[in-house]
Amino acid sequence: MKTYTNTGNKDTRSGFGAGLTELGKTNENVVALCADLTGSLKMDEFKANHPERFFQVGIAEANMIGIAAGMTIGGKIPFTGTFANFSTGRVYDQIRQSVAYSDKNVKICASHAGVTLGEDGATHQILEDIGLMKMLPGMTVINTCDYNQTKAATLAIAKHHGPVYLRFGRPKVANFTPENGDFEIGKAVKLTDGNDVTIVATGHLVWEALEAAKALHEEGIGAEVINIHTIKPLDDNAILDSVSKTGCVVTAEEHNYLGGLGESVARVLALHQPTPQEFVATNDTFGESGTPAQLMDKYGLNSSAIEKAVKKVLKRK
Amino acid sequence: MPNIQQLEDLTTQVRRDILRMVHKVNSGHPGGSLGCAEFFVSLYNEIMETKDGFDMDGIGEDLFFLSNGHISPVFYSVLARAGYFPVDELNTFRLIDSRLQGHPTTHEGLPGVRVASGSLGQGMSVAIGAAETKKLNNDKHLVYSLHGDGELQEGQNWEAIMYAAGNKIDNLISTIDVNGQQIDGATHNVLPLGNLRAKFEAFGWTVLEIKNGNNIEAILKGMAEAKTMTGKGKPVCVLLQTVMGNGVDFMMHTHAWHGKAPNDEQLEIGLAQNPETLGDY
Repeated sequence: MKTYTNTGNKDTRSGFGAGLTELGKTNENVVALCADLTGSLKMDEFKANHPERFFQVGIAEANMIGIAAGMTIGGKIPFTGTFANFSTGRVYDQIRQSVAYSDKNVKICASHAGVTLGEDGATHQILEDIGLMKMLPGMTVINTCDYNQTKAATLAIAKHHGPVYLRFGRPKVANFTPENGDFEIGKAVKLTDGNDVTIVATGHLVWEALEAAKALHEEGIGAEVINIHTIKPLDDNAILDSVSKTGCVVTAEEHNYLGGLGESVARVLALHQPTPQEFVATNDTFGESGTPAQLMDKYGLNSSAIEKAVKKVLKRK
Repeated sequence: MPNIQQLEDLTTQVRRDILRMVHKVNSGHPGGSLGCAEFFVSLYNEIMETKDGFDMDGIGEDLFFLSNGHISPVFYSVLARAGYFPVDELNTFRLIDSRLQGHPTTHEGLPGVRVASGSLGQGMSVAIGAAETKKLNNDKHLVYSLHGDGELQEGQNWEAIMYAAGNKIDNLISTIDVNGQQIDGATHNVLPLGNLRAKFEAFGWTVLEIKNGNNIEAILKGMAEAKTMTGKGKPVCVLLQTVMGNGVDFMMHTHAWHGKAPNDEQLEIGLAQNPETLGDY
């Protein structure tokens, strides 16, 4: 079984910051907007390097989204930065009308997604954002798994014309994808080969899926792990190819099962190849305060939860 | 010097367009459209510097953003008669497969429209963004926007108003259509707006009032003055006092025609009060 090495825990938000810093140097049309969370979003370096292209809008997210939409008129590529909750639910109508329906080239970059921002609790955690964003026509939705991939995605979305939602997080997690790797929007990445079960994971759950696959391998279960960094447009073929071999699937995400990656996968399977599926996701609930590890455990979002789901789905084949 | 008579003739024709558009589909918003006819005619024919043709980026020309998108009939009529798209296309207003959606949108590719509007309160933020980009591009042209007075009840406006002053967006002229009416009645009954001049000034804007916002000469004079106030470190607000339904006597001074189309008989009365000048579409 192919294994991956953690080169050292890092936060995905820092991957975003590093990508934005690089874009500042390589693409003069990139501008950045922030709603009073510059440090949390790791936008400080871009701000220091390019003060004329950094726009502090204050605690006014709706205005930030509107300004970003307007800035595209004349050729700028705005990257907005705030927490995932304030990047989506708080400004849904602004994104819907001024960005998505108006087909504006705005990159909505959202940190602290899911429960793993930890102690701040449910007001600042969001488990509904993937659903909200994927429902918007024309919106590309990306949820990256580690530092390197988040940096690569940040660079890639600047080259893509159209609205993008880029979701990442706060905790330091395993960094295992290649440094300066390619990032192709909409193209799934198969991480391991296996014949018994497909594990389709996104975001922080990708590393957990690899950990689960390792444990399952020792029990003689071959798990094919697919890293879905782009939830929309979804790489249908990668999923169908894998399940046609394995015959069952577990989806894993730090998000409500309603509206998440799992539902998108279920639709593809229902249309083309009905397949037993189990969902590793939160169960229609808000989060709460706690450490990231405690929350991942309590809400069933870690490798052991994935292993359990695999054993369950194998029985349904 | 602008030929006032020509602008007035165009305004009369625009009023006919508005009435005929909303009558045909028995829907749309004639009241606010009629109230802003003189403003739109003046803006697109005298006040703004625009290039021939249309491209989304609008570099090297003035830009306009309509925030209160429901007054699309006046916007469409004036855009068509300024040459952005064929006047005959006004026939398709609100019909299936039309570029002239109920509320303006870029989605169908209608020349002249740079952002969707309709859900209220978003246009000033977008205009500010466009103004920021003009500054980055070292483009000295101005950005104009129009907002309903009732629309200022949406909180996002005040985020934008605070930002524009705090960031010296002095290449922006935001006009408020002060007609004192909204769907449910007079603004002072629905949710009082208070002293708008004092509010904008308190936020750090330069404020100019046009008392007779249905008089073309007053609009031209006021907007020319507003232009002279740009580039001085402050955004400019124009409080344009208009009469909702202006030019059609039974539609004036009431919110009743905010979102209601005239019937056949009412259309005839309205058209008789505005005889054809440039030719109906």
